[in-house]
Amino acid sequence: MTTGTIHHRDKFLQTIAKKLGRNQRTTGVTRPHWKHQPQWSVFKGFSQDDLIEAFKSQCSRIHTDVVETTADQLAAALKQVVAGYGGGPVVTWDDPRFVEYGLSPLLQEEWPSEKIDVHVWNAAIGQKNIEFAEKANVGITFSDITLAESGTVVLFSSSGKGRTVSFLPQTYVAIVPKSTFVPRMTQAAVFIHERIEKGEPIPSCINFITGPSNSADIEMNLVVGVHGPIKATYIIVKDR
Amino acid sequence: MPMKIGTGEFKERVDKGIHNSFMRGAVAGAQERLRTRRLEAAEELGNWEEWRALGEEIRKHTLENLDYYLWQLSENVAKRGGHVFFAQTAEEANEYIRDVVVKKNAKKIVKSKSMVTEEINLNPVLEAAGCEVIETDLGEYILQIDDHDPPSHIVAPALHKNKEQIRDVFKAKLNYKKTENPEELALHARHTLRQAYLTADVGITGCNFAIAESGSITLVTNEGNADLVTALPKTQITVMGMERIVPTFEEMEVLVSLLTRSAVGQKLTSYITVLTGPRDQGDVDGPEEFHLVIVDNGRSNILGTEFQSVLQCIRCAACVNVCPVYRHIGGHSYGSIYSGPIGAVLSPLLGGYDDYKELPYASTLCAACTEACPVKIPLHELLHKHRQVIVEREGKAPISEKLAMKAFGLGAASSALYKLGSKLAPSAMNPFTVNNRISNGPGPLKAWTEIREFPAPGKERFRDWFHNRQKGDHQS
Ligand code: SF4
Repeated sequence: MTTGTIHHRDKFLQTIAKKLGRNQRTTGVTRPHWKHQPQWSVFKGFSQDDLIEAFKSQCSRIHTDVVETTADQLAAALKQVVAGYGGGPVVTWDDPRFVEYGLSPLLQEEWPSEKIDVHVWNAAIGQKNIEFAEKANVGITFSDITLAESGTVVLFSSSGKGRTVSFLPQTYVAIVPKSTFVPRMTQAAVFIHERIEKGEPIPSCINFITGPSNSADIEMNLVVGVHGPIKATYIIVKDR
Repeated sequence: MPMKIGTGEFKERVDKGIHNSFMRGAVAGAQERLRTRRLEAAEELGNWEEWRALGEEIRKHTLENLDYYLWQLSENVAKRGGHVFFAQTAEEANEYIRDVVVKKNAKKIVKSKSMVTEEINLNPVLEAAGCEVIETDLGEYILQIDDHDPPSHIVAPALHKNKEQIRDVFKAKLNYKKTENPEELALHARHTLRQAYLTADVGITGCNFAIAESGSITLVTNEGNADLVTALPKTQITVMGMERIVPTFEEMEVLVSLLTRSAVGQKLTSYITVLTGPRDQGDVDGPEEFHLVIVDNGRSNILGTEFQSVLQCIRCAACVNVCPVYRHIGGHSYGSIYSGPIGAVLSPLLGGYDDYKELPYASTLCAACTEACPVKIPLHELLHKHRQVIVEREGKAPISEKLAMKAFGLGAASSALYKLGSKLAPSAMNPFTVNNRISNGPGPLKAWTEIREFPAPGKERFRDWFHNRQKGDHQS
């Protein structure tokens, strides 16, 4: 990757240091140990099952449907949710989990035989992916980390995991394995922070998605589905 | 839109605000909803005071070491292939952004909500360079197509407009044919804006929090517009006030939690997006080129002064939502894009006392703002300090406290009344609920009794709100 440019930094930062009454610092600052850390007490000691219960109750407040299933029933559950949204076209990530969770027959045979168009994100064809996503009725991704407190799925982008799969289609479905649940955003932040500390690159886009798009800009009335999806469903896979 | 909005004198603006009955009702209703939602969200956590203490600690440490964290941020942005421009002034920022846009030969620009780009008055610069600039936040979009009507609230910019007015604007400007139903209006905007995202050359965003350790920027929305603004155009330009930064993901997380709870009473908004550099190699969406513009524009002059703590602000508007003066006069009266208590503290610091010397008097010093602030900025003390500075520098106040109260239509006795009211149960903060003393008031309270003739829509709206509230956690 070519390094970017930095303009006018020295004078700018020197001004700040001067106003703060000291010399400029480019090293030697460590974060203090924060005196208060209330974020760790949320759902402390909860089991994965407890977290799922908390998550479900939060979802009723964020206009998001929840379906619970097991890995062997996942394809059937997904089929039903998509049918409920009026069928295809469907766009999904290119994510090995679709294969691992036994969804290939559905994506490659069943849906196409029912005339439901399926597009799996394919970096090789570039812009065409976006055209497809824009016309899609349903976008489907897995959750990489799931936050029980807020009812949030966390998505890490990559070349196979396009950002717009969760934004451009009319509706959005996230498949949420039980193993991805953590209490709240704190645990996700620590996970990412530790990656950075180890010198690993982080994805160019990390999305924390909590239900469908909405706005209250017109007389404070809630309108669901403004720019992004109008409806959302989370499918929890209880044995993975 | 520059930071300074409106043309009339302070007193005229206030008069206009007080006599706009829809606006007053809307403001009261919105305040009530947002304030209650915030209190409920805080209560749910159980240890809100600890959260606030943590928020304050993080913001203080970051400001004390701001040069260090900005250094780290810029290094990490560049490592990921992004470009960083440090702009001392609004002009420098605008010039750089215009140069990028011209170099890209851009014709169409989509923007997600950003206070700082309004503060530096970016849009006219881009328009003069031949670009069409489209605001995509629904509230901002409504204001923009209505011939750049100024915003009246930091979080809900079109608060002062009712749905019939919005329908009429859509009819006049967008060839809209449907009703004033908010869902139909929003759907129309969805279709129009979709095309804009797909055809824009450049996306411009603000920044809720930059993350120094990774060179990332964090965007917080409910609509998801910032995601499309950054995913589709080939070039992304993000503009941030220099203080909007945290050390690591761990602090970002805490401040986002404080922001969403304080702003709209949600645990998290629908979309929290953390972007690092341009798209990765092999990515299909996301920008090919990323520019981060870090703006001082008067902020460094606040550092090291007794007003430094105002830079802790995370723009949640909790202080606005509890302010009895804002409730009474509305956002436009402040004559600044930054309204409410935070606006009354910040506007004179960024825009100078000449334009904003009355604002520190637009307060009853009741301290409700200070109590609401999630990062513990002592707002009412800073307002008091402003008054001292003004008196010292100018030898006299621009407007006596008594006159100020009168200008707000509050009457001379109401300062004490408000102080009392805000210390009591929340319902006592509503000026309409203390009506015995006010509606019978003689002489100095006349302005109040006139206003009192209007229906008090706050209560009605509260019921609506409560009804919606039971339906969900979203920004209802
Ligand atoms: S001053 Fe405090 S309460 Fe007001 S907007 Fe800023 S952070 Fe929020």
